[in-house]
Amino acid sequence: MRGFGRAPNPTGAVAVPAPLAGSLRWRVRRGLRFLPAHVVLLAGVALFVFPVYVAFVASTADLPEVTSGTLRLLPGPHAAENYWKAFVAGTGERIRGIPMARAMLNSLVVALGIALGKIALSLLSAYGIVFFDFRWRAPAFWLIFLTLMLPVEVRIIPTYKVASDLGLVNTYTGLIVPLTVSATGTLLFRQFFLTVPDELVDAAKIDGAGPLRFLWSVLLPVSRTTVAALFVVLFIYGWNQYLWPLLVTTSLEKEVVVVAITKMIGTGEALVDWPVIMASALLALLPPTVVIVAMQRWFVQGLTETEK
Amino acid sequence: MRRSLFRAPFLPYLLVAPQLLLTLVFFYWPALQGIYQSFLIQDPFGLRTSFAGLANFASVLGDPLYGNALRVTVLFSGAVVAGAMLLGLVLAAAAAQPLRGVQVYRTLLVWPYAVAPAVAAALWLFLAHPSVGIVGRALVRSGVGWDYTLNGSHALLLVVVASVWSRVAYNFVFFLAGLQSIPSSLHEAAQVDGATWFQSFRQVTLPLLAPTTFFLLVVNALYALFDTFAVIHALTKGGPGKATETLIYKVYVDGVVNLNLGSSSAQSVILLVLAVVLTSFQFRFLERRVHYA
Repeated sequence: MRGFGRAPNPTGAVAVPAPLAGSLRWRVRRGLRFLPAHVVLLAGVALFVFPVYVAFVASTADLPEVTSGTLRLLPGPHAAENYWKAFVAGTGERIRGIPMARAMLNSLVVALGIALGKIALSLLSAYGIVFFDFRWRAPAFWLIFLTLMLPVEVRIIPTYKVASDLGLVNTYTGLIVPLTVSATGTLLFRQFFLTVPDELVDAAKIDGAGPLRFLWSVLLPVSRTTVAALFVVLFIYGWNQYLWPLLVTTSLEKEVVVVAITKMIGTGEALVDWPVIMASALLALLPPTVVIVAMQRWFVQGLTETEK
Repeated sequence: MRRSLFRAPFLPYLLVAPQLLLTLVFFYWPALQGIYQSFLIQDPFGLRTSFAGLANFASVLGDPLYGNALRVTVLFSGAVVAGAMLLGLVLAAAAAQPLRGVQVYRTLLVWPYAVAPAVAAALWLFLAHPSVGIVGRALVRSGVGWDYTLNGSHALLLVVVASVWSRVAYNFVFFLAGLQSIPSSLHEAAQVDGATWFQSFRQVTLPLLAPTTFFLLVVNALYALFDTFAVIHALTKGGPGKATETLIYKVYVDGVVNLNLGSSSAQSVILLVLAVVLTSFQFRFLERRVHYA
């Protein structure tokens, strides 16, 4: 699977005789044949766009309009003040929080740290495991591989204990490092490295290149797409982390966006400042959306290949 | 395995050391600690700890609240897995057709993967709120008596809807990839034999999608069991009563809020066994994944 790039067959699934292909009758029939698919897809798109659109409308309205339940489905005039409150001030009616600017910076640091850290760690370990013959190779591989079976949620409390013993509470290190270890990246790179032809290694050896030179000048350049694919998936993974940041940060300073938003909502009182919260929610989903849309091809490749 | 390898005395150890070190510190050590904790019991003041054998497990399994959490988890996970997979499959089947503008549809159906489960929960909370939300108010006006903050079934329905909503995109991506790897000649052959679209979908497409379907079944079950913590924490905090308290949420409440480490660790170990069983199913079929392209 290489992304969704395959061009759709312009004439439909079944070949059509040439004289018929351009005729009006055929075009109408073709249109009708695909009508159900269009209806299904439009309904699906509406299902995903509607909640976000309502949030957008709310983020441009003022609080009385929202709490009185008279919100109309057209954008209102209060966008600037709501987004300013959310992004710069971090305040609002019955909200205690931090500016989204700060929370988004935290999320960005965490997401980049997790993505780049995981890529670096797993690239090196996969390189060691695939391209070297050493005594502890098999045990090393299995130790890494088996971590797939231990999702962070089931060992959350003892992991927190370790992090707090190491003084990592309320630090970026504490937010990032424990989430950079897992087997998915190593497995993906291993799978890819196994397909690299032996001739490439032999040629490098003949040219007198050492293993590190080979890694840097040969292997990294041919791994570009794998790295890009992994980056997109891991960036989203890091940005959307919830349970671990919730535990390992207690100060507002280090709060990540997704946690900041649910803390603003609190117990979901009707009177909470919904316009500011919805503005914050939209700000929080903007960066990962941009990453996915801009790098869709790598994203699809990364997702379907890391999980296999 | 490769034939051509590098030889170096220390380098391979240096290469695997960082990942192995972090794995030992943040994976195996805590996991062992958790298992160890699950056999210990603390007095109510946290002053003395003594070995308790299987007492923690016995009290967890005998606790009616744990039975409740199990029931909620089964209901919730079943609904989330079924809902997310069904919607993902229907949308992927439509998006696999040679339609005009199909790339736009695909992008619009893939992007929701970017929405964090907690943010999805916030959006749905705002829609479903009985006095503020558009959908919530409409339900109240239509006489349903909608209030997820008081009615347990409403709360469960809401966390299911939000969890499904944030998971459809994932299933869409995999089902579409699976559908695209089925050669169109098979469908053409079915059509020549006079099969309708639906017949060809049931008898050609679905069997060929079986490996993808099975994989998604396992992965979605893991999602519903563990990753939906954020949705529940953001929407209902396990309430009202214990109506939306799933197994993973109970581990959190008992361990972090109630500080009952022995019980929480025993619950973690039970979940760990569940995760190991599920992932080993995943590995078993990982090797057999079929490629048609």
